[in-house]
Amino acid sequence: MTTTVQSNPPAIEVHDLVVRYGGGRRAMKTPPAVDGVCFDIAPGETLGLVGESGSGKSTIGKALLGLQPPTEGTIWLHGKDVTTASLKERRTLASELRVVFQDPYSSLNPARRIGQTLAESLRLIGIKGDAARARAITTLESVGLPSDSIDRFPSQFSGGQRQRIAIARALVRDPNVLVLDEPVSALDLSTQAQVLNLLADLRDEHKLAYLFIAHDLGVVRFLAHRVVVLYRGQVMESGPVEDVTSRPRHPYSVALTAAAPVPRPAEQIDRRAHREALSVGSASTAPPDPKGCPFASRCPLADGQCHAERPMLRLIGGQRVACHHAEQVGVTWPPPPN
Amino acid sequence: MSSIRQAKHQRIPAFLRSWGGVFGAGWLIFMFLASITARWWRPYDVAEQDLIARLQGPSSEYWLGTDAVGRDLFSRVFTAGALPLQASAVMVLVAFGIGLPLILIAAERGGRVEEAIGRFAETIMSLPSTVILLAAIGAIGNRIYPVMMIFGLLVSAALYRILIGVAKSSRQHLYIDAARVDGMGSIRVNLAHVLPSMARPIAVQAAIVYAIGLLIINGLAFLGFGPGEPQPSWGFMIKDASDNIFNSPWMMVPPGVALSLTVMAANALADALAGPLGIPEYTPPKRRRTISASPAQQSEGTDNLALSVRDLSVVVEGGPTLVSGISFDLRQGEVMGLVGESGCGKTMTARSLLGLLPAGVEVSSGSIIWQGRQIAGLPERDAIKIRGREIAMISQEPMVALDPLFSVKSQLTRPLRRFRGVGRREARRIALELLRQVGIVDAERVLRCYPHQLSGGMAQRVAIALALTGSPKLLIADEPTTALDVTVQAEILSLLRALVAETGMSVLLVSHDLGVVADICDRIAVMYSGQVVEAGTVAEVLEDPYHPYTMALLGANPHVADDAPEPERLAAISGSVPPPGNWPEGCRFADRCQFAASECSVAFEPEPAHVDGMSLCIRTGELRRTGAQWAPEHRGAELAVESEAP
Ligand SMILES: Nc1ncnc2c1ncn2[C@@H]1O[C@H](COP(=O)(O)OP(=O)(O)OP(=O)(O)O)[C@@H](O)[C@H]1O
Ligand code: SF4
Ligand code: SF4
Ligand SMILES: [Mg+2]
Repeated sequence: MTTTVQSNPPAIEVHDLVVRYGGGRRAMKTPPAVDGVCFDIAPGETLGLVGESGSGKSTIGKALLGLQPPTEGTIWLHGKDVTTASLKERRTLASELRVVFQDPYSSLNPARRIGQTLAESLRLIGIKGDAARARAITTLESVGLPSDSIDRFPSQFSGGQRQRIAIARALVRDPNVLVLDEPVSALDLSTQAQVLNLLADLRDEHKLAYLFIAHDLGVVRFLAHRVVVLYRGQVMESGPVEDVTSRPRHPYSVALTAAAPVPRPAEQIDRRAHREALSVGSASTAPPDPKGCPFASRCPLADGQCHAERPMLRLIGGQRVACHHAEQVGVTWPPPPN
Repeated sequence: MSSIRQAKHQRIPAFLRSWGGVFGAGWLIFMFLASITARWWRPYDVAEQDLIARLQGPSSEYWLGTDAVGRDLFSRVFTAGALPLQASAVMVLVAFGIGLPLILIAAERGGRVEEAIGRFAETIMSLPSTVILLAAIGAIGNRIYPVMMIFGLLVSAALYRILIGVAKSSRQHLYIDAARVDGMGSIRVNLAHVLPSMARPIAVQAAIVYAIGLLIINGLAFLGFGPGEPQPSWGFMIKDASDNIFNSPWMMVPPGVALSLTVMAANALADALAGPLGIPEYTPPKRRRTISASPAQQSEGTDNLALSVRDLSVVVEGGPTLVSGISFDLRQGEVMGLVGESGCGKTMTARSLLGLLPAGVEVSSGSIIWQGRQIAGLPERDAIKIRGREIAMISQEPMVALDPLFSVKSQLTRPLRRFRGVGRREARRIALELLRQVGIVDAERVLRCYPHQLSGGMAQRVAIALALTGSPKLLIADEPTTALDVTVQAEILSLLRALVAETGMSVLLVSHDLGVVADICDRIAVMYSGQVVEAGTVAEVLEDPYHPYTMALLGANPHVADDAPEPERLAAISGSVPPPGNWPEGCRFADRCQFAASECSVAFEPEPAHVDGMSLCIRTGELRRTGAQWAPEHRGAELAVESEAP
């Protein structure tokens, strides 16, 4: 997905990423967790990554972070190829590329004070002692936590506060790219709103680029500028977030947007009727035919071509869509609810 | 923010807070110090013979008596402790010195490396250890330390088997990934994060292995492989005593007691380190509660009322109140949503209807009228007749309801035969029918499946089928779709809706997702801090909320209408839910409410609101008149530092 010609390289660029778990002949038979994914993120931009569980969202994040080596493809960070960066190179990269995980309970070591957790990260780039402490305090304050948090343990904080600490941990090395792996999924609604607002504030203040992984389209729509819809490791559709959520062109995106319930009963009655009229099938556990469209077993529009030929991403309107029949979507399908 | 809990520093390690731990650690330390210093304070030398005082019992001269050649047992017993206590420690060090690195490497690398190390461990474990020990003694002679080191090598394989799972699950912690993203090296990650999180199981295994080592060393000594005479050892002293058992039974006592106390101490220490077992189990309340409200007070004119809850309070015995004064009605065929943030008492309310509160938590007052009967605090023997048959439950994690060891068929037919009194064949037929009813197309195949073969959505369908086996009239669904993908959630919601239409059952749906509630519920009760703060029909409450908390929850929801622009910032609620026992006087939401005023800090009654609903806010009328709206945050508001914790 190459956007307009820029003088600056994108903060992150991923080309034809393939990730397989495990090695050996057996692993080659199962379809890869991530299969030929391309995207880029400009500085200050947020790219949303949505899809059902198991679709490969976190694997993409792990590949960027060097936690899971890519099988094929290239990853550039500010124009520099980091696909196979060594641990040592990662140590400097780690200052530019940071992560916030979903589970605020497991992502902080319960046996360490907040200050130790932040300092540990700073020590790796040679900042120690009082300098590290001062920087840790500034960072905690920048995410809205009091400075005395530094001497406390994770168990003394609520879920939302822990997520702020996890964000502080990511920010303490002054990065410019953050991988946010479902950072609000484990939080309550009101806390989720606090953390989303915080992420938006930090992004606008520091021009951070976010890869924002989520399964909730509403949340993605709030934070992201562009979105990539993933199904079984492949990109089904990508484009500006308003377009993809309000005028989806891929049958899977249609099903995904229709399934998200809204808290407005009158509107939800219509949405439910719309959703039930789609007649999109349930997911089966059988792996799809690698030759055809991965969504074919559930798709009401599937025909012979869909089973025989894997659709490539095509530019339709402002969106890229991997579907042979994308032109019909939104025109002759879905049928009006009866 | 009040939720930063006060630091509670526990300086005494947990294992020293039990008697077993104090005894275990105390005795081992005492015995160790006593035995290595024995040579300076013992009354007699270990070889000093007093042939006149042979085979004596305790006396003022020989406190623990003497052996067959008149040597002082007191001096010998304490001196004998030094060797086993030290040699066993060396064995433990060797076992962990070899085992732990292998465990850490296998857990980190996985795949082929783990497979190879696992094979190696299995090979070692399959060797007969007694034979190897005796062979080792044969080869290197009667030298205890090298022999125990070889034994340590054998033990390391067993440790690998026991601890590899612990290491692998400890590597699952996300903070390990976070440290790796920092660029932290592998050895440092293991030392700083993996090992400390395994400290407890390692300590437990070390204590167990230590006890085994003590037994082995003394067993070898008993067989004659130990420190040569006249150096004492417990094993050899026991052997000596058993040779003289008819002449002087007392001789067995000092070495026997010393050995057993020391081994017991190591085992007691292991138990204490392991800590209390698991979480407390559910024990339904046994006593009948004094119930204040009488059934006569039921609301009038409600013909098809299925469930009526009045002033229900749930407390921790001798602790805080978790739910206070909850009232709501549920009609036949109606779906009611119970919403609120985590910790508001939704689950406790739902569980109290089934008599399934956790141990130590009970209904303290109020009434639950089910089909005209009072069921609050019912004794277990009566509650069990209602549970599953009249009121069933499904939970967030379908796998909790399903037993991994049994096929779907046996899990469905067993309750069917119990609840419906049908035979095997008929039960199978109904099971198939139920699976089809919950939308499973290939029911025959699913019947043969085991739970782990099912996807999350399929498992939840089976759990719903299981809940339907007793043909319940009320289904309690605690976050039934929270763990599912949104497309699967939509399918399950449609299924529940169809089931309600088909069977006429009522549903109490616990959820934190207002969208889910809007999709399926007729009525809604919004909970905050153990109270219902607003209730009414879903259409009224969600389209036109009266209570500030409901307004705030709706404002925090990022799902805007399709054509509406996304707000710059969401309406966050500052702070967090106050924990039970820490609820403010008057309105419990006051700390976080944008409209809090002085009148909010005194107790007040709920205001009627909507049709047949209520709002627990003293300013309801005033806020309605002025058309108050919960204001979204301004840009940058979240960057302001929170006020210090109280
Ligand atoms: N076994 C227990 N003993 C004592 N207190 C408990 C116990 N279980 C839960 N609590 C407390 O009871 C309160 C209400 O818990 P409950 O689980 O009912 O809330 P909830 O709204 O269902 O939350 P969630 O959405 O997280 O499930 C919480 O503050 C919780 O800390
Ligand atoms: S390519 Fe065919 S099967 Fe795949 S989404 Fe499009 S219409 Fe459906
Ligand atoms: S009573 Fe007062 S503090 Fe409570 S919700 Fe109403 S206005 Fe807010
Ligand atoms: Mg709950």
